[in-house]
Amino acid sequence: MSEDILRMRGITKRFPGVLALSGVDLGVKRGTIHALVGENGAGKSTLMKILSGVYAYGDFEGEIEFDGSPAQFKNIRDSEATGVVIIHQELALVGELSIAENIFLGNERKRGGVISWDRTNGEAARLMQQVGLHDNPATLVEKIGVGKQQLVEIAKALSKDVKLLILDEPTAALNDSDSENLLELLRQLREEGVTSIIISHKLGEVLSVADRITVLRDGKSIETMETDAGAVTEDRLIKSMVGRDLEHLYPPHEPKVGKVFFEINDWTVYHPEQRDRVIVNKASINVARGEIVGLAGLMGAGRTEFAMSVFGRSWGANISGEATMDGKRLHLRNVPEAIDSGLAYATEDRKHYGLHLDYDLRENFTLPGLDRLSKRGVVDQDKVNSVSERLRTEFGVKAPSVYSLAGNLSGGNQQKVVLGKWVFTEPELLILDEPTRGIDVGAKYEIYELIHKLVDQGKGVLMISSELPELLGMCDRIYAMSAGHITGQIERANATQEELMRLMTLETASGGEEQRQ
Amino acid sequence: MTTVPTKTRPSLISAVRNINLRAYGMIIALVLIMILFQVLNVTLQNENFITPLNITNVILQNSYILILAIGMMLVIVNGHIDLSVGSVLAFCGAMSAIALSDWNWPWYVAVLFAIGLGAVIGVWQAFWIAYVRIPAFIVTLAGMLIFRGLTLKVLDAETKGTTGTFNELASGYHFLGVDLRVPTLVVGILGAALFVFFAVRSRNRQVKAGIAASSQTTWLLKTAAIAAVMLAAAYTFYSYKGLPIIGWILLGLVLLFTFIANRTVFGRHVYAGGGNEKAAMLSGVKTKETTFWVFVIMGALSGLAGVIVTARLHAATPGAGNAFELDAIAASFIGGASVTGGVGTIIGAVIGGLVMGVLRQGMQVLGIATDTVQIILGLVVLAAVLFDVWNKKRATGGGLMPPIVGTTPGGSGDAKRKAKEGVDAGSTKAGTVSATTDDKPIS
Repeated sequence: MSEDILRMRGITKRFPGVLALSGVDLGVKRGTIHALVGENGAGKSTLMKILSGVYAYGDFEGEIEFDGSPAQFKNIRDSEATGVVIIHQELALVGELSIAENIFLGNERKRGGVISWDRTNGEAARLMQQVGLHDNPATLVEKIGVGKQQLVEIAKALSKDVKLLILDEPTAALNDSDSENLLELLRQLREEGVTSIIISHKLGEVLSVADRITVLRDGKSIETMETDAGAVTEDRLIKSMVGRDLEHLYPPHEPKVGKVFFEINDWTVYHPEQRDRVIVNKASINVARGEIVGLAGLMGAGRTEFAMSVFGRSWGANISGEATMDGKRLHLRNVPEAIDSGLAYATEDRKHYGLHLDYDLRENFTLPGLDRLSKRGVVDQDKVNSVSERLRTEFGVKAPSVYSLAGNLSGGNQQKVVLGKWVFTEPELLILDEPTRGIDVGAKYEIYELIHKLVDQGKGVLMISSELPELLGMCDRIYAMSAGHITGQIERANATQEELMRLMTLETASGGEEQRQ
Repeated sequence: MTTVPTKTRPSLISAVRNINLRAYGMIIALVLIMILFQVLNVTLQNENFITPLNITNVILQNSYILILAIGMMLVIVNGHIDLSVGSVLAFCGAMSAIALSDWNWPWYVAVLFAIGLGAVIGVWQAFWIAYVRIPAFIVTLAGMLIFRGLTLKVLDAETKGTTGTFNELASGYHFLGVDLRVPTLVVGILGAALFVFFAVRSRNRQVKAGIAASSQTTWLLKTAAIAAVMLAAAYTFYSYKGLPIIGWILLGLVLLFTFIANRTVFGRHVYAGGGNEKAAMLSGVKTKETTFWVFVIMGALSGLAGVIVTARLHAATPGAGNAFELDAIAASFIGGASVTGGVGTIIGAVIGGLVMGVLRQGMQVLGIATDTVQIILGLVVLAAVLFDVWNKKRATGGGLMPPIVGTTPGGSGDAKRKAKEGVDAGSTKAGTVSATTDDKPIS
């Protein structure tokens, strides 16, 4: 047996108009955890889809050698039969089925064509034990958290006698303790002889778990590093990923905070279905011109619900409270009113709520501001074209033209389109909900610069983020939210992660529910 | 990801290769079908198929389906369906006949009455669909029964004849005493000239702004082909009896609704709401209001189609318009509408309706039995959607079958989005998502 379990050589993959991978080489040593890092659009996921047979052999150029013999996977079934299992970022689980059923989905334990429930549940229990999942195998998958769902995916992979496990952003949706559990499980599987490839944006976690790290950039393999040499640091990785020195993660900025112009007082929102559940409880905040205000909170604290309820009652029921801008009371009964009042809300869920993926950039850029480009209901197509082209260049959207479909852009560029479409409505206050989620380092920097540009024009920004360093790096002032309450605010100068975390986990008098279903 | 600029070789071959199949596939298919029947007819029966008479007949016999298809396209693009149009058509047609014959209203008042009645019925259905959020499938299924029942009631299950100018609407060649032959030719030539003029103007503006949508050769080919078709069509109608009145009505509707769909805020909102309702809503689109008006328009067009059917038969019958909704829906899908909404063009719906009409006419001329014709039309609908699926995959570089997980770089296929939504439902995040979907405080 050779030392390398996997060798990929000269992998080249083209999409119409785009060279996604160009001569990528990747060697993975048996019994190691190998990390694949790079900016979004660097080609990591494409490479893994080739390896797992999502792109059939022949659809790309280059050679793959797995476990000592050439591999020519035509589909996922082929690769899984050989022992390569990929776990995608979006989990492929059926919520309405039990954990045990999900583990053996497509691979059912049966006797003579009839499912043997004893074997299904029994073997599932054993596999669940192995991954440290201590639930009843008959529990429905939709009833367990995302962290546990990841474990179910891994148990499912183990049921297929996995030799090489590929995880695409496994911890993106997990909290810190779930992430740590998962990484520990990977280390444990390594002891048991399972090789893993992990794609991740979280460099700290990569450095802690990986034995070797390969950096991809612009569809090319840049370098592979051994972590035990000790010379690899986050800075070193970032430099290799972006191909230039990134002095700081956050661009320098001299804040010019003006007068408070936007205020919300005693904002209360109830759950739309469970009408007696308070999701946001008497929240009061304010934003000054030229100020970036952060909103920190754990999952379920009610940050997004708060923001969306303010933005034209897009979420929740029985909303009460007062919003004022420059002392004038705002009417925010629906989204058009919110837009007219000078608000904009860039959603945390770009793909579902933020963009029309099947439409081109022009449609996406101009949708909220279409009224400005039309007279008596008739759209001026020339204006639409020129405005879109202007926004595309101004926001540095990397796309061949304004006719490109939004769905074909990388996450960072999609986010720039979302920002562009809202800036075009000339809002006074921009609410940015997780503006850099799932975006690579380089594009994050550009987004930060765009945010700075906006506040320098005297606009206010309310920024929701789950990444505390980002809030500390960007915001002039940070509110913390816990179980629907605003539990405090900290000026930038006094802000620390510890203090924020304390406020975010503060138990409030009414006692909120952490878990929203 | 490295972006490779698409090569712009100014050759004819690459121009042909770059033709957007989704947009022009059905026009090409329509032309090919006509050529096929021409060849078959000449070899089997030693007769021409492409004659001014046959072409005129295709328009006359399918006019009401084309009118319905225009409205249906808007409905489908907006992400809904309307099963009631056949019954609404019958009811409005019946009422127009009653207004004309029993109440002795002038013909134009009877026509406006039918259209208005259709719009009112549209309001009724639109209310339930847009504001109460009952699925359109259910509301219009109910409407299909309700308005068929009402038709039987007002007609007492009998046929009601119509006379005079009213009947001319469906098949006449003289409007208010004017022979329409010469106007047909004049408008055809003027139209082609105007088309070229506007095409050149918009092309120049795009080039100036540095955002030309296609290569020079592709653009030239396209513009020349469309102008040629316009001239040929005008001459064909001219050499028979001119464009019939219903042809003018159709022409007007196509121009009007193409304009509405492409160039008005309302039209763009119809697409945005159908393509991604949540994103549209959060962008300030009044999706409920948009849907409401789409169904009102569909109702009004059904009313107009009712008039045409009645006029064509010279009578309102209780069974009029039976299963027309299916023809209209089929025309939309043949014409490139996406099953999930958000995609489709007015001209596509008309081309789709014409494809069906030409197939019917062609097979009838060849003496093929109606049962066989049904089977073939069914296969054509399936093939059209299959072609659409294939074409989408061609654009994104995947196989024919939808992938298990998205294979496109950023993801654009509907299949992928649907698959993802299914997956999301299994994660705990579904709490937030479904809460926002189910209860819509946006009004």
